[in-house]
Amino acid sequence: MKVSAIITLKKDVLDPQGKVIHQTLDGMGFKDVNEVRQGKYFEIDVKENDPQKAQKIVEDMCNKLLANLVIENYKIIEIQ
Amino acid sequence: MKSAVITFPGSNCDRDMHVALNKFGFKNRMVWHNDNELPKSDLVVLPGGFSYGDYLRCGSMASKSKIMQSVINFAKSGGLVMGICNGFQILVESGLVPGVLLRNKYLEFICKNVFVKIDNKDNPYFKNLDKEVFEFHIAHNEGNYFCTNDQLKEIEDNNQVAIYYCNDNGKTEEKFNPNGSLKNIAGIFNKEKNVLGMMPHPERMIDESLSGEDGSIFFKNLLNNIK
Repeated sequence: MKVSAIITLKKDVLDPQGKVIHQTLDGMGFKDVNEVRQGKYFEIDVKENDPQKAQKIVEDMCNKLLANLVIENYKIIEIQ
Repeated sequence: MKSAVITFPGSNCDRDMHVALNKFGFKNRMVWHNDNELPKSDLVVLPGGFSYGDYLRCGSMASKSKIMQSVINFAKSGGLVMGICNGFQILVESGLVPGVLLRNKYLEFICKNVFVKIDNKDNPYFKNLDKEVFEFHIAHNEGNYFCTNDQLKEIEDNNQVAIYYCNDNGKTEEKFNPNGSLKNIAGIFNKEKNVLGMMPHPERMIDESLSGEDGSIFFKNLLNNIK
């Protein structure tokens, strides 16, 4: 199954890249932006046909490597 | 005294550290990241560099490499483990010291000499140092120390802050903070103070004609402390 996960910085962690992107968007004329937060997206093809088991495997990966839980949250957004 | 420096793919301060340790009387051995066992050592150093090209998060891949299980066991049994720069990033990723190192506040790679304050001397690294302000070199893109409020309280209650950024008089104000680090933190101990992570490079300050000698003071003192 293909599992998609996104990893985002927690709310109270400074995101300097997001800030710069926001400023650049502002300079380009996109004036309606409140905030930009940058994150990471993973597509992981696991050798598992059961969606629940596949999700568990990727959650385990997120906990142990893909995310640093001191500063980041993860969310499984799609399993197909 | 025996030391071991771990080389990861992308380490680039490993040989500088080897030279520094040998210069001040350690018998140093280089250890490859894919080895399982550490040689018998009084000190293990995780050097600076860009292990695994800083992929995913700096230090995250190296923290899962084979040798790290031995390094973690060595640290848990009270052995001295010091991580410099990328080595500090590997220490936080392996959970040996609390917190994380974020991208520098102004998104610049910083490469310059800075002053740091070392006033926490109740530990094997800094015991008996007779000065507080050192001039060290920093070279990093992700040195912006961050931790949660709960972690910060614990770190401060346990006196785990090892090094602060400061000016030449030892003032630790925000304007002397090069990278946005929480509370000007440049280095952190674990709770037991046998593990030290720091962004500055003492190994780049061991030759008067090339740089300065504040690193020499640090290494000489370290050797005397663990003799």
